[in-house]
Amino acid sequence: MKAGTQQHRRERIDRGIKIRTDGLYALMSWRELAYLIAPRFILIAGLLILPQVMPGMYWQRVISIVCIYALLAISFDFLAHYAGLVSLGGAFFVGTGGYLTALLNTGLGMNPLLSIVCATLLGGVFCTLLLLPCLPLRGVYFAIVTLMYPLFLARVIEALDIIGGTDGIMGIDSFPNAWLEQYWVIIMVLLFLFAVRRLVNMDIGLVLRAVKDNDQAVRASGMNVTHYKALAVLIAASIGCMAGACLVHIYMWAGISTFALDFSVLPIAATVIGGSGTLVGPVIGCLILVPVSELLRDFGTLRIVFYSLILLGFIVFRSEGLMAYGQRKYQQFERWTKI
Amino acid sequence: MDILIYGTINSVALALYALGFALVYGISRLPNFAHGALYVLSGFIVWSALNTLGINYFFSIILSLIITAIIGALIYQFFLIRVRGMEISEIIASYAIALAILEGLRWGGFKGMTYTLPAFIEGSTTIAGISVDYQRLLVVAIGAALVGCLWLFTRYTRVGLALKGMAQDERAALMLGIDSDLMALVAMGIGSMLAAFAAILLLPLGNVVVESGYNVLILAIAVCIVGGIGSWMGAVLAAFLIGFAQILTVVYLGSHYQMMVALLAIILTLILKPSGLFGQQKELEERV
Repeated sequence: MKAGTQQHRRERIDRGIKIRTDGLYALMSWRELAYLIAPRFILIAGLLILPQVMPGMYWQRVISIVCIYALLAISFDFLAHYAGLVSLGGAFFVGTGGYLTALLNTGLGMNPLLSIVCATLLGGVFCTLLLLPCLPLRGVYFAIVTLMYPLFLARVIEALDIIGGTDGIMGIDSFPNAWLEQYWVIIMVLLFLFAVRRLVNMDIGLVLRAVKDNDQAVRASGMNVTHYKALAVLIAASIGCMAGACLVHIYMWAGISTFALDFSVLPIAATVIGGSGTLVGPVIGCLILVPVSELLRDFGTLRIVFYSLILLGFIVFRSEGLMAYGQRKYQQFERWTKI
Repeated sequence: MDILIYGTINSVALALYALGFALVYGISRLPNFAHGALYVLSGFIVWSALNTLGINYFFSIILSLIITAIIGALIYQFFLIRVRGMEISEIIASYAIALAILEGLRWGGFKGMTYTLPAFIEGSTTIAGISVDYQRLLVVAIGAALVGCLWLFTRYTRVGLALKGMAQDERAALMLGIDSDLMALVAMGIGSMLAAFAAILLLPLGNVVVESGYNVLILAIAVCIVGGIGSWMGAVLAAFLIGFAQILTVVYLGSHYQMMVALLAIILTLILKPSGLFGQQKELEERV
């Protein structure tokens, strides 16, 4: 560093339009309105139009799979970055939701839509009850137990030959029509995305973030930490079970492969790539990763290697993710200033 | 009687799985989810050194121990060091490494029953009317020796004492001139080497399969949680507890239920005494 050289640094400043549109009362021009609405509109319209522009049945099916992974990724992101509980077992939620809806549909003869809703609620309660023992604890316990459950449940079903055993449950009804099959998951993704976004900005979201950052303070305020953690798990597990139930009705089959590792790993990778803690980021991450993984289908388990390497690279070297980067570019500008 | 003998062997095996994980977590607070992957990896290194390169069995074992230790150290130096202290990222990063190794091996064709390692000494003997092969006896003997060596290492060598100091209080250790990053690197290297040791001792008893990577990780974690994270003696005792419980369930309930034991042990421990049987951490720190 030579003396006398003028040093510069880059500073970031919020765009004026961002500050003006922060409060609703300030919306005075179409431009500001558009600035605020455009990103949301692009997402909603994009997801709704996507199946129509896809070239064939196969890629329309891929869009459904994208949405199922997106639900799982939203559930992971909510749990990890708003309640501080890292779940390594998305497959646990998928499997629970999938088997429940399969049983309700084939056993009780429920209409698919009704059985999906029932499986979502029952599955959420079931997963929460199973995870309850590790909720009063801090640290890695939750991650470990969620990692174990899908492996164990799969082996229990296999070994005891209950609920279908290795063959799985067949003869599950599909959605009433193709249009509903395509759009049900898309609408669910949008619904849960905006619902969770709203939720984390409400009072309860504040409490959950406090649980993540400083649980002693929450406890000192006379709130039951375990109660709030259980609530967060219930919400996340329900979203995951919804994803599993939709998957089972799309494939018309529930088997041990619903506990596969893909359902645990891909949502985490998508969340990290898309941007942790943004909730929209995971959906974008899934839109990128799932089609790529479909293209790599021929390589078998190399796909998992591929996601894990991407995941590792992003989490170690670029942990902010695409969405945080995009948000920064959209809301701020950079300039060089003298030091 | 056979319950006693096979229970002991199973318990020593569990203790071997857990030692490396317990060491790394105890010293650098890093949950090394790649532990099981390193276990399987070292098995494959021995197998390829033995069959592809045609090296003598003894030297391929030494080679595998060294390579696994270096891989563990490199994983720490290039990836985990950057996320140290960030709990969520630590778990995800080490789990991603584990998946990359295990699924990479699976893709590379290492699956099925074809990959077996020869026993150190063939043959078997009878103890109190039960036939036990020499390899299983060796597992118990070497396992006990390993625990003893580790105990001596942490008590009487400079590096061992530094590691112990770091495990107790990292900041105080830093003030006394112990390089905490270097020590964590050493701990990760030793931990990986212990995983390799376990693999080399135990893999000749069965096949080298990728799935065992996940099982080893789960069993290691189960032992550590039951024994109390950060306590080695606790881990050894917990290994005996879970080991005998597993053998008893196999004998009296059937082998289907064996896998439930580890999960039940974890959940019961978490409910009843979350710091583990011999945990040194205060319960308040963990329970909210």
